[in-house]
Amino acid sequence: MQKGKLTGLRATEKQYVGFATLPNQVHRKSVKKGFDFTLMVAGESGMGKSTLVNSLFLTDLYKDRKLLNAEERINQTVEIIKHTVDIEEKGVKLKLTIVDTPGFGDAVNNNECWKPITDYIDQQFEQYFRDESGLNRKNIQDNRVHCCLYFIPPFGHGLRPVDVEFMKALHEKVNIIPLIAKADCLTPNEIKKLKDRIREEIDKFGIKVYQFPECDSDEDEEFKQLDKELKECTPFAVIGSNTVVEARGQRVRGRLYPWGIVEGKFTNKFLCSVENQSHCDFVKLRNMLIRSHMHDLKDVTCDVHYENYRAQCIQEMTSKLAQDNRMESPIPILPLSTPDVDTEKLIKMKDEELKRMQEMLNKMQQQMHDKEQ
Amino acid sequence: IGEAVNDTEIDIKDKGVRPLSLAGHVGFDSLPDQLVNKSICQGFCFNILCIGETGIGKSTLMDTLFNTNFENFESSHFEPQVKLRAQTYDLQESNVRLRLTVVNTVGFGDQMNKQESYQPVVDYIDRQFESYLQEELKIKRSLHNYHDSRVHACLYFISPSGHSLKSLDLVTMKKLDSKVNIIPVIAKADTISKSELHKFKIKIMSELVSNGVQIYQFPLDDETVAKVNTTMNGHLPFAVVGSTEEVSVGNKMVKARQYPWGVVQVENENHCDFVKLREMLICVNMEDLREQTHTRHYELYRRCKLEEMGFKDTDPECKPVSLQQTYEAKRQEFLVELQKREDEMRQMFVQRVKEKEAELKEAERELQSRFEHLKRIHADEKATLEEKKRLLDEDQSSFSKRRAAAQLLQAQSLTANGKKDKDRKK
Repeated sequence: MQKGKLTGLRATEKQYVGFATLPNQVHRKSVKKGFDFTLMVAGESGMGKSTLVNSLFLTDLYKDRKLLNAEERINQTVEIIKHTVDIEEKGVKLKLTIVDTPGFGDAVNNNECWKPITDYIDQQFEQYFRDESGLNRKNIQDNRVHCCLYFIPPFGHGLRPVDVEFMKALHEKVNIIPLIAKADCLTPNEIKKLKDRIREEIDKFGIKVYQFPECDSDEDEEFKQLDKELKECTPFAVIGSNTVVEARGQRVRGRLYPWGIVEGKFTNKFLCSVENQSHCDFVKLRNMLIRSHMHDLKDVTCDVHYENYRAQCIQEMTSKLAQDNRMESPIPILPLSTPDVDTEKLIKMKDEELKRMQEMLNKMQQQMHDKEQ
Repeated sequence: IGEAVNDTEIDIKDKGVRPLSLAGHVGFDSLPDQLVNKSICQGFCFNILCIGETGIGKSTLMDTLFNTNFENFESSHFEPQVKLRAQTYDLQESNVRLRLTVVNTVGFGDQMNKQESYQPVVDYIDRQFESYLQEELKIKRSLHNYHDSRVHACLYFISPSGHSLKSLDLVTMKKLDSKVNIIPVIAKADTISKSELHKFKIKIMSELVSNGVQIYQFPLDDETVAKVNTTMNGHLPFAVVGSTEEVSVGNKMVKARQYPWGVVQVENENHCDFVKLREMLICVNMEDLREQTHTRHYELYRRCKLEEMGFKDTDPECKPVSLQQTYEAKRQEFLVELQKREDEMRQMFVQRVKEKEAELKEAERELQSRFEHLKRIHADEKATLEEKKRLLDEDQSSFSKRRAAAQLLQAQSLTANGKKDKDRKK
């Protein structure tokens, strides 16, 4: 953990104030409170999404999953499935939610197949908006989607129409991180060509993917260099694996193939290791997603995407109110899908109480006014 | 049909076919060689259709299979509709000439709505059948010179997701299995590990079977190839890798793909099924594919097409009817129809002429009556004017008479007065 840096006047030794300990306090409190993170994965079936998620979090989230046949998928609609797990590392607790989107891009007719996904994201924003504007804000649950990993198939020449449409529908609602899936089918040259192509097409189509924040100017050179390399490496070409292999005395997560050359000699099996940086960008993705930028993803979601949604919502409401010409309470009364029944009742009760008190107040004022006259 | 040309009656006694043993070497065992020589002189022709998503490796696989560099275009993912691109090449290996046509799909699997994606492919295959049928039905035909463009083999490229077929794959193959020999292949197979591949192949075959898709089975009727074909049938679908680049392995240059973790050799049977595909598709069963296309798929098309046109093998009384009779009957029907149409048209023409005539007569009559009317008016006016003139003339003449009389009177009275004056003066 970095020590807090102070710019400007430094308190001298004699007049030591003590707020240099603030970062420590923040750290302590955050550990106590715990963190939460919602990650969405989207892409066609068979791109290795589940395998990658398992590899990222070194666990098995999808124990009893049932995959559909080709016939069942002809007219399939997109479902939204949430897996929530509590994981802990060195005392830090993380409530991780993975939002799966099975069926995306699998049907024969995929027109507007992203609609259930955008509806889901909007629903979470709506719920948060309602909670935030409510009276009892003690235990607001943040279910907003903080990041969406989009898996692009490596078999083509670049982005396909379904990729462009999906990203354009979502880029103003969620942080999109495009990934090249199953990168072990591409040679290093092919990967470079594909990445350049995809970056070009993202620019061309005006898709706003998640941008890494610029690092502070007072960071050290090494960090800045790493940061630069990271940015030039997007979109990340990833491989995932559920199997851990014993190779050269080490346990490595990877994929075993029946071909290979090790030090000029043939071997019958060779390992494509997920964690080998010359094999794929898995490590970069993991470091970026979990180790350095997880909080920034949350911040961008709160400060940019959610605020956009909120401003738009309020604008719509005020224009509607102006049309309706009625006095309504400032609490948004939007239909919720699954409200918490208890808090809802409580809020209603409190509302009614408030109204009664307001009425009494008005009566009293009126009486006073009458007396005065 | 037809009577004996000569008058002598020929008595044919068919005793059945009996085997005959030969006393020496006659020499007709050279017949297959004669056939082969003729074929070599004519040259062979083979047409492959490759269906697969953009970028899945269709062109690369063709290049690898035929060891050449066909002209390849990198297609865009944003084609609005599926198209087919056919290119024909003349290849030669030792003294055998092959006219190879490679047909690739363009934009397959890229559209958002893929419900109609199979249609351009079906249409292409049908068009080739139709051309052949037309040639066959011609009066003056040259089938031995005809460049047969019918699709002999269809390689369907399955995306290596590792799970199962895609919904588009199933829908497309169902539409094609009765029109062409389908050989499914798993493309870019170097992304699947061995254990995953085995499961994947089983899943694909079971999905094909449970949905009733008939893929091409290597033939088992010929003993010389039955054994190898049976083994190969068990390896379907072939997992292939294509590459035109060469990598040095050991002390040789081989076609391969170089990864940081190893080298995938295209022709190494441990790495992929490319060699099996080449063997089955080209070395062993190419002729069978052509034959199946002609005797099964083309015949089915022809039968359906002719039935559509109204031809049958038996007439309503279930007696066998030859094509000629049917054709004659159809022709008569057609001529009768034509005659009817002609009569109808003639009647209509006559009718129209009559109508027009009546119209014109009516117009003429109207014109005539108007003319008469105007004439009458004119005559009336003229009479009125004449009357007026007469009256005016009368007036004028009476006025001039009166004037003359008055003048006379005046003159008389003057002379009378003058006389009186004269008298008085005297």
